[in-house]
Amino acid sequence: MAIIVDKLNYVYSDAGHQVQALQDISVVIPDGQFLGIIGHTGSGKSTFIQHLNGLLKASSGNIYYNGEDICHKDYDRKQLRSKVGLVFQYPEHQLFEADVFQDVCFGPKNLGLDRKQTELRAFTALRQVGVPEDLFYVSPFELSGGQKRRVAIAGVLAMEPEVLILDEPTAGLDPKGRDDLLDQLAKLHKERNMTIILVSHSMEDVANYAERILVMDKGKILFDQTPKEVFSHVKELEEIGLGAPQVTYVMQELKNKGFSVGTKMTTIEEAKVEILKVLKGR
Amino acid sequence: MLRDITLGQYYQANSRLHRLDPRVKLIATFLYIISLFLFKNITAYVIAALWLLLVIKMSKVPFKFMVKGLKPVMTIMILTVVCNMLFTKGTPLFSVWKITITYEGLKMAFYMIVRFVMLIVGSTIMTLTTTPNQLTDGLESVLKPLKKVKVPVHEVAMMMAIALRFIPILMEETDKIIKAQIARGADFESGNLLKRVKAMLPILIPLFVSAFRRANDLAMAMESRCYRGGDGRTKMKPLIYKIEDKKALVCVALYLFVLVAGGIAGNYLPI
Ligand SMILES: Nc1ncnc2c1ncn2[C@@H]1O[C@H](COP(=O)(O)OP(=O)(O)OP(=O)(O)O)[C@@H](O)[C@H]1O
Ligand SMILES: [Mg+2]
Repeated sequence: MAIIVDKLNYVYSDAGHQVQALQDISVVIPDGQFLGIIGHTGSGKSTFIQHLNGLLKASSGNIYYNGEDICHKDYDRKQLRSKVGLVFQYPEHQLFEADVFQDVCFGPKNLGLDRKQTELRAFTALRQVGVPEDLFYVSPFELSGGQKRRVAIAGVLAMEPEVLILDEPTAGLDPKGRDDLLDQLAKLHKERNMTIILVSHSMEDVANYAERILVMDKGKILFDQTPKEVFSHVKELEEIGLGAPQVTYVMQELKNKGFSVGTKMTTIEEAKVEILKVLKGR
Repeated sequence: MLRDITLGQYYQANSRLHRLDPRVKLIATFLYIISLFLFKNITAYVIAALWLLLVIKMSKVPFKFMVKGLKPVMTIMILTVVCNMLFTKGTPLFSVWKITITYEGLKMAFYMIVRFVMLIVGSTIMTLTTTPNQLTDGLESVLKPLKKVKVPVHEVAMMMAIALRFIPILMEETDKIIKAQIARGADFESGNLLKRVKAMLPILIPLFVSAFRRANDLAMAMESRCYRGGDGRTKMKPLIYKIEDKKALVCVALYLFVLVAGGIAGNYLPI
């Protein structure tokens, strides 16, 4: 089963002005995929992902989740939202409970789980995102920005969705926090076969973790390929304000300086292997 | 969903009216409203209506935006008209059961509606062609004489400017928080009243927290840029009357003159 998006269009219209935020988007996202979405500011990433759990209604086009049309008026969208978890950009602004633990319980409680189940899930989720236990019972408003972010992500994780969508979850985190979070996502992806959709402005992040990348530009999908293929279009990417991961540029420079290295590497690991190979071969 | 509410509505366009000094627009609107109440005869209303049409034409704002401003006060308008029609005594035109419609009542109701519509459309034009910032600037400048009697004009104007500035931001924020909570399975529609009020908490708390945070941030930002209130403060874009503004004032004066002349003449006409 999968998410199928068919010719999705979306137009924002307020007070006389109309913005076509999405234009004829068609993609199939199979179960268990780690999908990265990149694109310039305002390219429609956030708008797109809000369609996947039914928060925005398509102006035209259809979306199917496990074979069912989620735009249909009889479709149970509440059920959908427990299956497709969405973590918003700056999710820390949604915290409201008296303490961290209670806040994470909000999601599972809304699913109608009993108390034991709810608390178990909240506990697991908080551990998964690496919130230390001594912070469980403090007010969420007393946490630092990064800690709040983790709690908010735990709030969605605790619903144990089948698909987890994150809108720039690493913005504003320190390098270690970022790596921890992304590793955690990779683990969820591997162990629970969770579908993960990661919106990011960091080419490195998507290159390191995603199996497939959607590149969005002005509401359209420009590329829909593996990271290697996508980052071989450096020129086109730069034209729309993106780029390739730093290592790809490094490899390019090495080649220009006369080393006979390949230039298709997108992660540091691959680059290391390639450089060692060339050095040994000399 | 919440974005559809347009408060402090401004319609972006490049017209003579948009470029006018806000003080001129404020004064003109004020005078126009007074002028509507000076006379009670057809000639005066025709003159006022013609003037209004001219101004609408000049503003380059589509007509439907003017009508939008009328919608919220529709009920009050209909109510007053009906009351006037029913309870004004005079020569009866016809009567149904115990209700008598009089000639005077109809006339009164008609004038009432015309006045109301012109009043609202007139002031709507001002808000449609003036940005909230210009409006508060203009207001501050026009009300300056009140400072002599210790009214904190600058502070009030500043508060108004900040409030207006924050409305769209808070709307957007509310929208975002609602969506985020729905994504966490929150349900705002089902259950009894108490349950629904309780369901609002996950929206209200983050909203208040963020409003206070923003207020705090803004106060700090103002402080660190040495904001000290109105005394001795100069403006980046001081309001200066330009030749266009003077012309506009002359036009307003002309309008008033024509209206007064027409109104007095109208008093001697049979209708
Ligand atoms: N609520 C809204 N009302 C009107 N237009 C909107 C709204 N939200 C977004 N837009 C417009 O839709 C387009 C896509 O916005 P979107 O938020 O999806 O971009 P994004 O790719 O997520 O950008 P970023 O990387 O900055 O988060 C933009 O042109 C934006 O101005
Ligand atoms: Mg976004």
